[in-house]
Amino acid sequence: MNDDLRFAVFNGGLLHSTKQTEMIYLDFEKPIEELYEQLEKLKKIGESGKVDVDSALTELEEKISEVKKSIYGSLTGWQRVQLSRHPERPYTLFYISKLCNRFLELHGDRNFGDDKAMVGGLGEIDGKPVMFIGQQKGENTKQRQYRNFGMANPEGYRKALRLMKMAEKFNIPIVSLIDTPGAYPGLEAEERGQGEAIAKNLMEMTTLKVPVICIIIGEGASGGALGIGIGDKVLMLENTWYSVISPESCSSILWHSWDFKEQAAEELKLTPEHMKQFKLIDGIIREPIGGAHNNPDEMAMILKKEIKKHIAELENLKSEERIEMRIEKFSSMGVFND
Amino acid sequence: MSWFKRDKQGILTSTEEKLEVPDGVWWQCSSCKKTIPTSDLTDNRYVCPNCNYHARINSVEYFDIIYDEGTVKKLFEDLEPRDFLGFNDLKSYKDRLVDTKKKVNVTEALTVGSGKVNGHKLITCCMNFNFIGGSMGSVVGERISKAIDHCVEKKYPLLIISKSGGARMMESAFSLMQMAKTSAKLTQLAAAKLPYISLMTDPTTGGVTASYAMLGDMNIAEPKALIGFAGPRVIKETIGKDLPKGFQRSEFVMEHGFLDFIVDRKDLKSRLTDIVELLMNKSEK
Repeated sequence: MNDDLRFAVFNGGLLHSTKQTEMIYLDFEKPIEELYEQLEKLKKIGESGKVDVDSALTELEEKISEVKKSIYGSLTGWQRVQLSRHPERPYTLFYISKLCNRFLELHGDRNFGDDKAMVGGLGEIDGKPVMFIGQQKGENTKQRQYRNFGMANPEGYRKALRLMKMAEKFNIPIVSLIDTPGAYPGLEAEERGQGEAIAKNLMEMTTLKVPVICIIIGEGASGGALGIGIGDKVLMLENTWYSVISPESCSSILWHSWDFKEQAAEELKLTPEHMKQFKLIDGIIREPIGGAHNNPDEMAMILKKEIKKHIAELENLKSEERIEMRIEKFSSMGVFND
Repeated sequence: MSWFKRDKQGILTSTEEKLEVPDGVWWQCSSCKKTIPTSDLTDNRYVCPNCNYHARINSVEYFDIIYDEGTVKKLFEDLEPRDFLGFNDLKSYKDRLVDTKKKVNVTEALTVGSGKVNGHKLITCCMNFNFIGGSMGSVVGERISKAIDHCVEKKYPLLIISKSGGARMMESAFSLMQMAKTSAKLTQLAAAKLPYISLMTDPTTGGVTASYAMLGDMNIAEPKALIGFAGPRVIKETIGKDLPKGFQRSEFVMEHGFLDFIVDRKDLKSRLTDIVELLMNKSEK
């Protein structure tokens, strides 16, 4: 593929901005921010050449590493939610651009339109074709609106299904990258059957003949996430969440106030560790320390390794075996007395 | 100056003179506001005789309406909800379950019935709105799952009557996964080529709409039922505008292509008979 073509298929907010802007720290990251400020000051003193700061620098760097470990090692549910929404967090098209040596973005549901919040296309990972689908968020105000904040309309779910059926026809494995605050709750979305679009995907994905790997790379909010979330392997990145409802909406409904989102996040047990413990997901993918945004390239490489590993494993099975296991897995979810 | 003046203060009717009206003798229609004797309502299958408003009823009443007398049997009643997550909001889920069970005549938000409809076997999963808003949790999913296994084994058709606010928050992701579970199980019913009729009643929203309610071979609904994915309040807040009249009601949903037909409760049993006879080729020759 020549460079022009490559640019043509990669445009539309695909490339993650590479310019290093100032780090954005979340409230619970303040101790780290303060230590980095101290570090900068110390370096300046060192540069002036009047005092030897080497040992102090080493000490401070060690302390930063310790504080980071303790903060990121004991994140609360709500802090995970905050990290999953970090404004610098990499999104679906960034990962695709890093994972694939080529990628053809495919548009439209062939019925109504092209949903900008749901992207998809045919890529190639180390010479192997893979069909990607996923929600896409924007990186700045304009892009965020263009992408409808990653909230897909029915045509988004139908576009995803069209691409998955194409993958099935040509025996190409599917990778679904999930990152959404929910399916779009709009008037036209209802007119065009948001519920039906999601429901149909749930049923159709259950019986896809090709391997399906679903990875939550950011927010996994409710039916909007599940609508592209039925797979042989459902995995979550370390700083993501998956729940029946966002902590904010849960707080507003059950506590009749928006102020209990932290508590709601705890009660909902929405972290990857909980989800794995409950056997509602198949695995957790670790992130670079401090979150995916601290080292997007490293994150992409980790993701690539995981995807390749799971595809290889799943391709060892017959399609009937995969479908049977998929049905069995989802059918066994639930806790009750009998 | 007022037009008239009360010259004797207070209520003067003595207790003995008051007419005794026990609770439940009269019923006021929430749509046309007309007050009628409750017996008139029950005799009319809980539909207002004046304006055709379909009052909200649960599995007990639906089974009476659709099944031949004395044929219905409840299945999988021993499956009970459990507060696995120890979920606490303003009230603990555990207490919520205990209190709900005391108040209602059903064991969960969905009851499975097996019986005959004009002589034809039919399995019905009917949601109960009086059990925590008809919310879908693990037991709802498991009862549907077991009902589908039963249908496949015995070659019976399935009817699900939806009436729900959506997934049950107190079971968090377990509730969410019931959408995946029921949809996955429905593929097995479809593979067995058995009919699945989805009847949506007021209200059918959220995760229930986005899973089994919309997956019927035939999607049908009672008149004027609220059917949607997002609730009207959420949509109104999102778009910042008032919603058009009739938005998300059965007639609107049918107009947009998502329902096969709307059925009055009085015709429900005969329509179900039609569907089962036609799809399963059971009409008398």
